[in-house]
Amino acid sequence: MNLTLKIWRQNNAKEAGKMVDYKINNISPDMSFLEMLDVLNNELIEKGEDPVAFDHDCREGICGMCSLFINGEAHGPDRGVTTCQLHMRMFKDGDTIYIEPFRAKAFPVIKDLVVDRTAFDKIQHAGGFVSVNTSGNTQDANAIPIPKHDADRAFDAATCIGCGACVATCKNSSAMLFVSAKVSQFALLPQGKVEAADRVRNMVEEMDALGFGNCTNTGACEIECPKGISLENIARMNREYLKASIK
Amino acid sequence: MAKSALLKSSLAKKYWMALTGLFLCLFLVGHLIGNLQLIFGDASKFNEYALFMTTNPAVKVLSYLTYISILFHAIDGIVLTIQNKKARPIGYVKNNAKANSSWSSRNMAILGTLLLVFIVTHMVNFWAKMHFSEMPLQTMEVNIAEGQTVKLYKTVQEQPIPATAVEMGQLEVRGTGFYQGDLKIADGYKDLHKITVEFFQHPQYGLIATVLYVLAMVVLGFHLSHGFASAFQSLGINHPKYNCLIKGIGKIFCYVIPALFAIIPLYIHFILK
Amino acid sequence: MKLDSKIPQGPIDKKWSDYKNHIKLVNPANKRNIDVIVVGTGLAGGSAAATLAELGYNVKAFCYQDSPRRAHSIAAQGGINASKNYQGDGDSVYRLFYDTVKGGDYRAREANVYRLAEVSENIIDQCVAQGVPFAREYGGLLDNRSFGGVQVSRTFYAKGQTGQQLLLGAYSAMNRQIGRGKIQMYNRHEMLDIVKVDGKARGIIARNLINGEIERHSAHAVVICTGGYGNVFFLSTNAMGSNVTAAWKAHKRGAFFANPCYTQIHPTCIPVTGDHQSKLTLMSESLRNDGRIWVPKKMEDAVAIREGRLKPTQIAEEDRDYYLERRYPSFGNLVPRDVASRAAKERCDAGYGVNATGEAVYLDFASAIDRYGKEQARIHHLDENDAKLIYKLGKEVVENKYGNLFQMYEKIVDEDPYTTPMMIYPAVHYTMGGLWVDYNLMSTIEGCYVLGEANFSDHGANRLGASALMQGLADGYFVLPYTIGDYLANDIRTGKIPTDLPEFEEAEKNVRNIIDHLMNNKGTHSVDYFHKKLGKIMWDKVGMARNAQGLTEAMDEIAQLREEFYKDVKVSGTAESFNQELEKALRVADFLELGELFAKDALHREESCGGHFREEHQTEDGEAKRDDENFAYVAAWEYKGNPRESVLHKEDLVYENIKLVTRSYK
Repeated sequence: MNLTLKIWRQNNAKEAGKMVDYKINNISPDMSFLEMLDVLNNELIEKGEDPVAFDHDCREGICGMCSLFINGEAHGPDRGVTTCQLHMRMFKDGDTIYIEPFRAKAFPVIKDLVVDRTAFDKIQHAGGFVSVNTSGNTQDANAIPIPKHDADRAFDAATCIGCGACVATCKNSSAMLFVSAKVSQFALLPQGKVEAADRVRNMVEEMDALGFGNCTNTGACEIECPKGISLENIARMNREYLKASIK
Repeated sequence: MAKSALLKSSLAKKYWMALTGLFLCLFLVGHLIGNLQLIFGDASKFNEYALFMTTNPAVKVLSYLTYISILFHAIDGIVLTIQNKKARPIGYVKNNAKANSSWSSRNMAILGTLLLVFIVTHMVNFWAKMHFSEMPLQTMEVNIAEGQTVKLYKTVQEQPIPATAVEMGQLEVRGTGFYQGDLKIADGYKDLHKITVEFFQHPQYGLIATVLYVLAMVVLGFHLSHGFASAFQSLGINHPKYNCLIKGIGKIFCYVIPALFAIIPLYIHFILK
Repeated sequence: MKLDSKIPQGPIDKKWSDYKNHIKLVNPANKRNIDVIVVGTGLAGGSAAATLAELGYNVKAFCYQDSPRRAHSIAAQGGINASKNYQGDGDSVYRLFYDTVKGGDYRAREANVYRLAEVSENIIDQCVAQGVPFAREYGGLLDNRSFGGVQVSRTFYAKGQTGQQLLLGAYSAMNRQIGRGKIQMYNRHEMLDIVKVDGKARGIIARNLINGEIERHSAHAVVICTGGYGNVFFLSTNAMGSNVTAAWKAHKRGAFFANPCYTQIHPTCIPVTGDHQSKLTLMSESLRNDGRIWVPKKMEDAVAIREGRLKPTQIAEEDRDYYLERRYPSFGNLVPRDVASRAAKERCDAGYGVNATGEAVYLDFASAIDRYGKEQARIHHLDENDAKLIYKLGKEVVENKYGNLFQMYEKIVDEDPYTTPMMIYPAVHYTMGGLWVDYNLMSTIEGCYVLGEANFSDHGANRLGASALMQGLADGYFVLPYTIGDYLANDIRTGKIPTDLPEFEEAEKNVRNIIDHLMNNKGTHSVDYFHKKLGKIMWDKVGMARNAQGLTEAMDEIAQLREEFYKDVKVSGTAESFNQELEKALRVADFLELGELFAKDALHREESCGGHFREEHQTEDGEAKRDDENFAYVAAWEYKGNPRESVLHKEDLVYENIKLVTRSYK
């Protein structure tokens, strides 16, 4: 396949960036999207140009490091995958592909397509945990039976990989899906319920302070989320917060 | 903490948006039932309804709640929109938003602004007249013999007053009251029906008014197609068992209610003689 | 220097508790004056950082990723072992200990493994308390499944994402301490050297990957938890950034490197499709619970499949060779990883491989779908002879168990694994070798501790499935917090370590020199070019089967490639900015040294054991032939200026509780 790439290039956080066009040829449909970018970068290096910086690590869709807004969608046009699992067979010969960084005030660009997502960490610092010491001197793991239904839903919420696609996709750059996934995971488990009220208050407060937008329930995050985190989690967070606020 | 959280936080803003929105949905139902008197009732029924709506103390409370809701909904919406715009200072060159969300869900602010403009115009056209300006009082023609009619004022006290009594100066009309000297003997009905019919049948502007009203209802439909169900989500009501019900009622609010509202001006303009 | 493993005296089941009862402690007030650096934030690093901070030490944690949550532990799919015996199938601490030592082909240190088995139970308790959503049964209790190389169900899991859930647990514990200010987190930082003051590890030199600044960080102890070095093969299931740099720099400063040749080649990975490939994707070992592995019996069928003339579903049952079931009837498809991998290679080398490259075997779920379908039909009183219905019911069961893995496979290969058997092939997955540590997890550098995959201690020559997660968390949550206290008790009066000492100066200069060289090199080839070449040498000559000639060649070729690398590598951009090429170059430079030591170690170990298979040492039917008489030791290498010149130190492995026998899964 031969393709035209339109890629956001930006030297660092301070300088302005712009879209730059690249032509790339002989791309195999079996390549992953990032392998296609590897090919481009190798060509750029051989030509003495600066390669395109992009985040990636595990390349199997679980670490959440890769990002990219491809042809107007977070993680590209495929569903249920991260960019590293997106394959070139999703595109056609001759296509023009727009590649932009995840955009949000809370995710400033570091270089090219690399953004700083430490805002997500900060939200977790505010309450994304169960306050239990790691001594191992807790009760037996089977001491509290947990209904399978709750455990499964907690797991579904916990599969969030923190990639930021929800923020990137949301027209308001809202982090609700991310925050609600963590709030939900713990709210559904007896171990997490104890401090549920403080958790949701603190996490929401931090989320607001970091400059994420509000949720207008467009549902775009749920569609673009590579792990299919459900909007039900946002509803649950809304409930939890309401409960916490009137307490 | 809790106090400020219920006003300032992003989630709280959504709660208020949802609560005021849902309240306005209830208002729409009430308003629609009244308005349908224009088609299914007659002038008397409609004017009685209009009087009831402007004088009943319970309704008064509700109406103030409605005004506050509209204001709050609008202001909250504006604040949210400004915050949301700030959350993404640099936009995308290419954004394929239609792949993941409905048009109306992404354009609630625009739809809302249009609705606000509509509400203001609508209130100027009808509500303000009803409340603040002199209005004609409702009369009726009664056959007393073949080919002979008399014009009577309909009154709240049910004893009609012949128009001639006013024309000949025996009675004086002040506001809606009929006075004999300083003694009020009866109250007439403001003829909102007549005003409405004349508005939509106006030889020059009637058609435009009708079209604009119908368009406004289309906007309302879009606004509600996202807003109704969204309000429940904001309040944390999202459960596989009940989502169907919410979606179903949402459909009614998105199609049926705006359509019924829209039929009224069409009926008046094109059908009512 | 004599290696002292510092294994406590006494019976094996009392060693750890006796040890804990007698170590020195640091009182809470003093802990506030002690700094600890933790490099790497996977299961080992994350859990260690959180626990040390909880105890009251000042922790500085480093990771090269943009968040500690992204460490590659997150990719572990299958599960974590613990001897809870919830299933009542005869499991016990001893049995987990025994299975792990046997699975490791008797090349692990008994005392460490026993301790690991002992604390395994605490891990599960701990994780549940943290809100890790393990899979549960309908009664609300925890579910287990079985894994390769064992005959009990002791593996706890969270669908196919156990590593992620456990890491998020450790990450959440870290977050709590970061929020309290007890951990200072340095994301996007890479450790480039360790600093020794008076022979003790007292700090590190790190590069801030965002702006390229070289930073000095001091502490009273340094804990290295930077994972394995599988990426020396270029293609592996490791993350793209996984590297040996931290461990290798420690090695060059005096930490012995143990058993570098012990590499685990995981049998169930998605096969390579072409030269563009940047990494390999693992399919969880749990698939072997239900999938049957086969290749065609007839050579002509295999050729026809490779040429696309025949589909696997067209091959009759009697023409399929379920070679694992044939060779190992008692364990069948659930033999340990090393055995399964070699068996696949044996079939493919013999010409029975199935994809276009000839390097793939089938993992077939048809019979599982059929079996589950019939079971469901019986349960629901439906027609067992309705093939369509059986398929539908069976598929549902399989989808429930492995849905996400099947979906991942389909996205990558573009084939539906429900209807066409999956293709799999072994790939580099885990390195059992690593920095040598004693019972306290301290390396041969005083005050430099090594945890998790980065050390060598628990898995011998082959790791059993679901044991890596167990080791990482055991080391970080339950072992290091005790052992490090014993060491730091001597440091309560030391005070802050200044970073302007000449040792810091020297180490920083060292780092700057390498960076300057790489940046100013006017070479012609990208870093990947050299990395791929290195990978090819490693895979061809130091891979699943090794021989003396290949290994000798590999050592020379790697040395030569290294020289070429320094002459001809081209690194674009600047050193003082975000520069991913420079990051890669620094990592590959270390792989190019490690690779040579790796081959040297493999060459010296004249036996086959676990993941290390020497063609010269095999039985008549192709099984590994261990030599306990001459090689029952840990090979710990001391750096002497060049990997080739490294000096061997032996730690004899003494088995007091387990009799060494030939491992058999037949």
